[in-house]
Amino acid sequence: MPEAARKIRVQCMLNGRATTLEAYPMARLLDVLREQAGLTGTKEGCGEGECGACSIEMDGALVNSCLVPVLQAEGAKIRTIEGLADDKRLHAVQQAFLLHGGAQCGICTPGMILAAVNLLARKPQPTESEIREGLAGNLCRCTGYTKIFESVVEACRGTEKRA
Amino acid sequence: METRLIGKSVPRKEGRDKVTGRARYVDDVTFPDMIYGVAVRSSVARGRIRGIHFEGSIPWAEFIIVTAKDIPSKNCVALLIEDQPCLADEFVNHPEEPVVLLAHPDKYLLEEARRGVRMDVEPLPAIFTIDDSLARKQLIWGEDNTFKSFHVEKGDVDSAWGKADFIVEGEYETGAQEQLYIEPQGMIARASPAEGVTVWGSLQCPYYVHKALAHLFGLPKERIRVVQTETGGGFGGKEEYPSMIACHAALLAWKSGKPVKMIYDRAEDMAATTKRHPSRTRHRTGVSRDGKLLAMEIDFTLDGGAYETLSPVVLSRGTIHAAGPYDCPNVRIRSRAVATNAPPHGAFRGFGAPQSVFALERHLDRVATAIGLEPEELRRRNFIHEGQPLAVSQVIREKVSMGLLLDRALELSGYHAKRKRFHEENSRSTIRRGIGFAAFLHGAGFTGSGEEHLASEAAVEVTRDARVRILAGSTEMGQGTNTIFAQIAAETLGLDCEQIEIVQPDTGVVPNSGPTVASRTAMIVGKLVESAARAVQQALFKSGLLKKGYGTKDFADACRKYSDKFGALQSLVKYEHPRDLHWDDERYQGDAYGAYAWAVYVAEVSVDTRTAEVRVEDFVAVQEVGKVINPVLAAGQIEGGVAQGIGFALYENVVWQEGRMVNGQMTNYIMPTSMDVPPIRVFFEEIPYPRGPAGAKGLGELPLDGTAPAIANAIAHATGVDILRIPVTPESLLSLLESAHA
Repeated sequence: MPEAARKIRVQCMLNGRATTLEAYPMARLLDVLREQAGLTGTKEGCGEGECGACSIEMDGALVNSCLVPVLQAEGAKIRTIEGLADDKRLHAVQQAFLLHGGAQCGICTPGMILAAVNLLARKPQPTESEIREGLAGNLCRCTGYTKIFESVVEACRGTEKRA
Repeated sequence: METRLIGKSVPRKEGRDKVTGRARYVDDVTFPDMIYGVAVRSSVARGRIRGIHFEGSIPWAEFIIVTAKDIPSKNCVALLIEDQPCLADEFVNHPEEPVVLLAHPDKYLLEEARRGVRMDVEPLPAIFTIDDSLARKQLIWGEDNTFKSFHVEKGDVDSAWGKADFIVEGEYETGAQEQLYIEPQGMIARASPAEGVTVWGSLQCPYYVHKALAHLFGLPKERIRVVQTETGGGFGGKEEYPSMIACHAALLAWKSGKPVKMIYDRAEDMAATTKRHPSRTRHRTGVSRDGKLLAMEIDFTLDGGAYETLSPVVLSRGTIHAAGPYDCPNVRIRSRAVATNAPPHGAFRGFGAPQSVFALERHLDRVATAIGLEPEELRRRNFIHEGQPLAVSQVIREKVSMGLLLDRALELSGYHAKRKRFHEENSRSTIRRGIGFAAFLHGAGFTGSGEEHLASEAAVEVTRDARVRILAGSTEMGQGTNTIFAQIAAETLGLDCEQIEIVQPDTGVVPNSGPTVASRTAMIVGKLVESAARAVQQALFKSGLLKKGYGTKDFADACRKYSDKFGALQSLVKYEHPRDLHWDDERYQGDAYGAYAWAVYVAEVSVDTRTAEVRVEDFVAVQEVGKVINPVLAAGQIEGGVAQGIGFALYENVVWQEGRMVNGQMTNYIMPTSMDVPPIRVFFEEIPYPRGPAGAKGLGELPLDGTAPAIANAIAHATGVDILRIPVTPESLLSLLESAHA
């Protein structure tokens, strides 16, 4: 066996808090978030970047955390599903998913919600085809996506109302 | 009937935990001192194990190693029968058969160790096709490779052929389909002679797992405990295979004395766990000149894989649904499930019906063409009506109006206008459009006397502080069990859904409500919940502590006083089979199901004739499912089922090599994405079913039955080529288009 790699320290902003992670450099960010930071809302569905269940935001971009080695997180701003709700108040997208049937089994939901939030940050009033394209990297086996599209549309409306 | 909560889209009971990421799935649970487990599998499809060698520079002494010799009692995963070993001992019968189990605290080292186990297996000749199995090219199971066969006979088929003006034949095939829940399977076990066995996991049927563990360990029932963690989709895939993983994790825990976690990665899940049975159906149909079905002869075969598992039951449902919602006086159905050296095929939403319904609805379009009738007209002239018998001689007693559903579906989809327009436009374009439909039914609950044998139980209890707790073995896996149970109980008790608590399914706490399968949870178990809630209310009335017209505060006072005066208040209700439902298992005739859902689905497609790529452009799903308890959840079930049906029809192609799935990744096994689904427009007709809770019937499996044939009929309409098998991949369609031009 090759000589064991040494763990490194990675400093990042995790859900708004300065955090130091200690892990092997090529450890998957997904595993480090789940096992070391205890952020189990980020899920593993396929481990090869196809399903999007492990989606998180890194410096504002949506990434599959199963494909990111932890060393790339040095200095990064990371947001997971746990960083979305403000104390007890749900984010508008979470609220919309809850009310309009966007979540069924719930396993794709954290990644799907982050994908929707990320889309709305780039395009606050997306067209239907922009919603479809924006969520195409996140697979859902339960909903047939219809209620997810409706939830995103409703979330946009909610944002308008509050503004 | 006026309702407060039934028929309202109450938000999902556990929805808040799901949208915030707080819901705890099995891989989110850890225990102190927990170690990890893996299974090492066979390398060949069929053979005799000569030896197992532990090789490479692996510190083997650190590992917990389990083989068949370590099994305390019976080496089987007990289900209907006991033919499937938990760990292969002398023989392997499919290429993913587990032989050795390993556990270690370091899961990365564990993966290396898995590759260090070398199985020395003497290969034996194997069979991989329905034809080879039927021809008994090798005898691999029982006396004739046949797990089960059925014969349904109605009227006099043999003398009907002479009266037919047309006889139309056809042969249809469907492929295997992976459930592809996004949460892979997994279990955690703790086990010791002192404590007994406890498992936590992603599963549909806690009491199936319970039974399997009791057989494996030879322990009394009370020493086994099965707890369901939040489950990220099941679709039938977590009906039976969780028993296997629970057995494996428990064996490793038993030997190591530590909690053991086994989580499958996607590749292992796709390779080893069950899939939808591949099928072949042959139809021979006699029709009169005016389009009346005179005789139907149907031959239906399923590939069951290496062990029996649930194949007899899947075959049963497929057989009963094979002749559809039609009134034909003479019907013969012969069916069988046969063995091959592939991993066992199992439950997948629809459970045999999507296979036989695909064949029938595609065949009827071909029959219509053969006799020069419009497809909708052929269906209309043969639809079953109240008072008429289905193929299994079940006289339909519910109000049924397939004609109305058909009219509505055709109108909502603009069927007639589009059919005409596409016909005119198609000749001028490389993009051909088509529209097609399927008419079908789906029985809710277990077949025949199944519910009577299950004798399910559910309970409702009220606490001193007026919380209402529902105790049921029915699981939530995304389909909405928690929410609809809360609605049913709250409606019955005049309370709000927030006051209802759904107790986590744990065999140490909840009664056996039967498996969470077969579109039975709302209709059968929901009714038990309703009855138990009513019994609790009656007890409070009878005690004099609660009076009709009570408010929330009165209820709270009554609960407190009742508890102080009489102690705990719980009502346990057991299923009672309606006395007017009769089933003859010998002749396979009678009341196959207590109720049916009825539906007509219309699909519109476009086919790019240059690439042979099919897109579903629009989809209309009209169904009658009794009273809809929660419209958002119910529509969500239909939409999700239609999307799975689109995958079944077009994309989901399991590629086999010597009994092994070779495209077991999400990169090369393709399920629909958000770019692939059309607008799915869902419509419910509601005819309350007197025996369902608030009038509800089952609906979960229904959408899988009709989606694929509607799409196949639309492709045939668009291109003029004869679609006889699904999935219709671009490769298969291209060769059909080319041979049509040749």
